[in-house]
Amino acid sequence: MNAALIIDIILWASVAAAGFIALRRGRTVLTMSVREGTMDFINIVPRIALGVIGSGYIAAVIPQEVITGWLGPDSGWRGVLAATIAGAATPGGPVIGFSIGAVALKSGGGAPQVIAYVIAWALFAFQRLLLWEIPFMPSRFVWFRAAVSLPFPFLAAAIAMAIGRP
Amino acid sequence: MIVIAVLVAVSAVLVWRRDGINGVLEILTHDLTLFGGILPRVLAGCLLGAFIAEILPHEKVSRSLGPKSGLKGLLIGTAFGAILPGGPFTAYPVASALLAVGADFGATIAIVVSWTLIGYGRAVAWELPIMGTDFTLWRLVISLPLPVLAGALGRFVYVRMYPRGAEP
Repeated sequence: MNAALIIDIILWASVAAAGFIALRRGRTVLTMSVREGTMDFINIVPRIALGVIGSGYIAAVIPQEVITGWLGPDSGWRGVLAATIAGAATPGGPVIGFSIGAVALKSGGGAPQVIAYVIAWALFAFQRLLLWEIPFMPSRFVWFRAAVSLPFPFLAAAIAMAIGRP
Repeated sequence: MIVIAVLVAVSAVLVWRRDGINGVLEILTHDLTLFGGILPRVLAGCLLGAFIAEILPHEKVSRSLGPKSGLKGLLIGTAFGAILPGGPFTAYPVASALLAVGADFGATIAIVVSWTLIGYGRAVAWELPIMGTDFTLWRLVISLPLPVLAGALGRFVYVRMYPRGAEP
C-alpha cells in the first residue's frame, strides 16, 4: 500500500468520524455543516484550479539548477541566508522541494544550509502560501504567521551547526 | 489571486516561446490530472473543517487554545498539528475553523507550523523516500521545538500589535 492511499484513508475516516459526531448532535447540525463545507469547497475550487493548473508553468520557468546553485557548498551564514531565500522561492510541490534539497546535499551543500532550505520551504514557499494558505485562512493571519516564522530557518541552522550531524 | 493569474500567464507564455504548444499542453495535462486527484481531498478538508467548527464546543477551544491558554495551549496546538491527517487541503481549513471558534493567533501558528514542520504526512510520503531516513529524522528532531517557539513569538508580537485584543 502506498503512503498516499493510507493518508487518504485516514483523511476520510476523520471526516466520517467528525460527521458521525455531528449527526449525534442532531440532523440539522449535520446538514448545516455539510452545506457549509460544500460552500467552502465551491468557493475554493477556482482558486485551487488556477494554482494547481498554473503551478506547472511557474515551476517550468524557474530552473532548478538556479536554486541548487544558491545552496552550493558555500557554507556559513551567507549560505543559510541564500538557502532561506531559495526555500521561499521554490515553486511546486513536495517532490520538487525535497529533490532540490537532496541534490544540494549530494552535490556538497552544507547540512545546516540544506536544513535551512527545507525548513524555509516548509514555512513559506511562496506558491503554497498564495495557493493554499491565503484561500483558506484570513490573509491577515497568513502574513502574520509568515513574518513570525522568519527567524526559524536561521534558528534551525544554528541548532544544526551546534549539534552537528549524527 | 490576480498576482497568481498574471504569474501563471507570463510563465505559460515563456514555456510556449521555449517549448512550443506541445510543451504547454504537456504541462496542462499533467496539472489537470494532479488537480483531479486533489479535488476529493479538498472536499474532505472542507467538510472536516466545517464539522470541527460545528462540533467543538467554543468555550472549550478558547480555554485550551485561546489567548490565555499559555504554554499548554501551544503544546496542544503543536501536537494537534503533528497528527493532523492529509495535506494543505485539510490543514488550512481545519486551522481556519479553530481560529474562528476561539483559538488565538499563537496557538493557530503553532498548529500550522507544526503541521508543515513535523506533520507525519509529508515526512513519510515525501521526505523519507527523497532525503533519506538519517536526514529526515535529524531534521525532525531539530524542528521539534520550533512550533512552540513560533507560537510564543506570535503571541508576544500579537498582544503588542493589538493591545486591545482586536478580533482576529
